[in-house]
Amino acid sequence: MLILTRKKDEKVIIADNIELSIVDIKGEYVKLGIKAPSDVKVYRYEVFQEILKANQAALASSASELNLSLPGLTEDEGK
Amino acid sequence: MEIQTKAYGPLEIEDRQQIFFPNGILGFEEHRRYALFDAHKKPFFWLQSLDETRVAFILLKVSVFRDDYEPGITLNDLKEIGAESLDDCLVFAIVTVPDSGPMTANLQGPVFINRKTLQGKQCISPRDEYRTRHDILLEMAQRRTE
Repeated sequence: MLILTRKKDEKVIIADNIELSIVDIKGEYVKLGIKAPSDVKVYRYEVFQEILKANQAALASSASELNLSLPGLTEDEGK
Repeated sequence: MEIQTKAYGPLEIEDRQQIFFPNGILGFEEHRRYALFDAHKKPFFWLQSLDETRVAFILLKVSVFRDDYEPGITLNDLKEIGAESLDDCLVFAIVTVPDSGPMTANLQGPVFINRKTLQGKQCISPRDEYRTRHDILLEMAQRRTE
């Protein structure tokens, strides 16, 4: 992993078109500014982790349809 | 063609039930070929990996329980599945059915399937109000009383 030291208001360029700037530093919080083309998606890492965990939980849970039902909507077609 | 399914064993499906996920599903990137078919319990669907039988997800069209759902996904996010209009896409949530506790839907990571290209993608909603575990029955009940 590349590790760079930057001060407030300094920037990093990634792949010619993504600009990462240190907007503010307060205590243990660092405020980042990210300027990138609209097709570059930026998310907090935790969001990815959450969805990944949810997908794994969904997979683990989906062995049986016994508990699947929506009131007024579910029709059981049986086998 | 006949496929192997986690839910029902061998099953005959039509060509247009095969859905290609260019980037897979988060955490399951190596699986790209899926089949989409009705669960025995309507209105649920199964999204079944064609590469690995144990990889299968229960899906629900989000509109069934949240007709106000606006995940903030744009056409730009759906370029890789060839979407020319948001109307080309069906929007599903992956459902989790725990042994105990409520059945939940993931509205933060909706699955978009382009009906025209038969390609799919799990998107990430940028909106904070959508989480990975929405209690489906509770939200349906709340909406009825509103």
